Amino acid sequence: MGEALLSIRQLNKRFDTAGGQVQALEDVELEVEEGEFITVIGPSGCGKSTLLRIIAGLDTGYTGSVTLEGKAIGGPGIDKGFIFQEHRLFPWLTVEKNIASDLPLGRPDIRQRVDELIELVKLGGFETAYPRELSGGMAQRVAIARALLRSPKVLLLDEPFGALDAFTRAHMQTVLLDIWRRNRTTMIFVTHDIDEAVFLGNRVVILEPRPGKIRKIVPIDLPYPRKKTTTSFQELRLKVLNYFEKVDELELKDGAGI
Amino acid sequence: MAERAVAAGNAGSAGRAGSASRAGRIRRPEGPGKVAIAGLGLLLPGGVLILWQMLSHYGMISAMLFPAPYTIAQSFITLASSGELWINLRVSALRTLSGFLLGGGLGLLLGIVVGLFRRSEKLLDPSLQMIRMIPSLAVVPLFILWFGIGEESKVLLIAKSAFFPLYIHTFMGIRGTDNKLFEVARVLGFSRRQQILRLVLPAAVPNIMLGVRLSLGLAWLGLVVAELIASTSGIGYMMSDARQFADTPVVFVGIIVFAAAGLLTDTMVRLVERRLLRWQDSYQG
Repeated sequence: MGEALLSIRQLNKRFDTAGGQVQALEDVELEVEEGEFITVIGPSGCGKSTLLRIIAGLDTGYTGSVTLEGKAIGGPGIDKGFIFQEHRLFPWLTVEKNIASDLPLGRPDIRQRVDELIELVKLGGFETAYPRELSGGMAQRVAIARALLRSPKVLLLDEPFGALDAFTRAHMQTVLLDIWRRNRTTMIFVTHDIDEAVFLGNRVVILEPRPGKIRKIVPIDLPYPRKKTTTSFQELRLKVLNYFEKVDELELKDGAGI
Repeated sequence: MAERAVAAGNAGSAGRAGSASRAGRIRRPEGPGKVAIAGLGLLLPGGVLILWQMLSHYGMISAMLFPAPYTIAQSFITLASSGELWINLRVSALRTLSGFLLGGGLGLLLGIVVGLFRRSEKLLDPSLQMIRMIPSLAVVPLFILWFGIGEESKVLLIAKSAFFPLYIHTFMGIRGTDNKLFEVARVLGFSRRQQILRLVLPAAVPNIMLGVRLSLGLAWLGLVVAELIASTSGIGYMMSDARQFADTPVVFVGIIVFAAAGLLTDTMVRLVERRLLRWQDSYQG
C-alpha cells in the first residue's frame, strides 16, 4: 500500500448555533485507499454528512487536514463526485443532457461516454425523458451517471437511497456495487442503515454523536456479492449493531437525540 | 407583492382555459369531445350577442350608444375592405412591438443584472421601483414636450409600461433559483458564466415567460393610452376620430380589434411558453 488516496487527520469542525458552539466533528482520523468502498454510519447529528461535505469541499472552516492525493481540498470540483439524498437533477434537462450538464453532448467522445454510462446505470430507453417522468431510483441513477462522467477520484454519497422504498433500495445497492466492481471508483457512502453499510462497504466507519467522532472502524471481510441472509453477514451486522447500541445508550443518557 | 399575486392569478386562469380540453379528455374519456368543450367558452359571449341583437332589433336600447352587432359587423367590413383598418392596425402593431421590444428587452436585461448581482440591486432597484410608481398617464405631458407627438413619445410610453413586468418577474425568477441546485453546480465545477447560462437563466424561464405575457398585455394598454391622447394614425386614433363624429360602431370595431390582437399575441407567447416549459410538472387543472 502506498500513500492513501484520501487522508483525514485531526479533523475538527465546530458550528455556531443559537445555543452556542456545537462540536460537529472531533479528532477524526481516516485513511482511504484507492478503490476502497467505505461506508460511514451513525445516528442523526453525528456529523456524518458534515464529514462528507468537508471532503467534497462544500463545507469549510475546519481545523486539521483533509488531503486528496496529497493535496489539500481546495473547494468543490469534479474530482470529488457528490450524490445528494435527493437526486438534484436539473428539471429542465433530459436524462442525457443532465448527465452531460456543462459538457457538450455533440462531441463524439462525450456522446459515447454518456451512452456507456446510461448503459451502466441501466437507463437505456430513457435518454430523452425529463426528471419528472422518472422514479426516485431512476433519477438517483442519473445523478450517479452525471458524477461518474467526470471520472471522479472519489465518489461521495450522502444517504443516496434514504428516500427510496426497501425494494428499490436493495436494487440500487446491487447497481452501485456493480458500478464499483467495473469502475473501481473509490466510494465513501454515508448511511444510517446498518444492513446497507455492511452490505456495501470494505470497512464500516461508525460515528458517535455529540461530539461526532469515530467510535470504531469495522472491516467487512466478506466476498462480494454478499448475501444478507448468511450467518457471517449477520454476525458482522451484529458486531456493528453492538457498537451502535452503545452509541444509542450514550445518546439516551444525554436526554437529547430525537 | 400584490402585483405578484395578481400575476399568478392571471397565469392560473389563462393556463386553465388553455388546457381545459386536454384535461377534460383525460379525466372523462367518454365525456364531451374537444369541440363541445371549446363551445363552452363561446356560450356566454354568444348568448350576450344574441340578446344584444334582439334588444336592438326591438328598439329597447339606444342605437346611438349600443349599435346592434349586425351594424358593428357592417362597419367592420367597410373598414376592412377600404383598407383603413389594416393600415391603422399595422401602425398600432408596429408601435406595440417596438415599445414591447424596447421596454421588455430592457426589463429582461436589468432584471437579470439586478437578480444576479446584489450590488446592482442596491444601486438600481430603488430608483426603478420609484419610476414604477409613476402612472404612465402622468408622464404623457412630459413625453409630448420632450419628444413631440411623433412616434418616439408613443413608443417610449409603451416601453415604460412593458418594462416593469419583465423586470420584476425576471428578477424574482433568478432569486427563486433553488439553492440546492447551486450546490450541484459547484460540485460539477461550473464556472460563474456556466452557473448563469446553465442554471440561473433556465430556472428563471417560467417567471420570465409570465413576465413576457404581462409585459405584452401592458404594451397594448400603453398603446391605447398613447393613441387616444395624441396621434394621427393607428387603431386608437381611428377610435377617437370616430368618437368625435359619434360613429359608435367604429369605436366598437376598435375595441374588438384590440381584444383580438391582444388575444392573438398572448396565444402566441403561450405556445412558446408551453414548448419551453415541457419539463414542468405542474397541475394542469
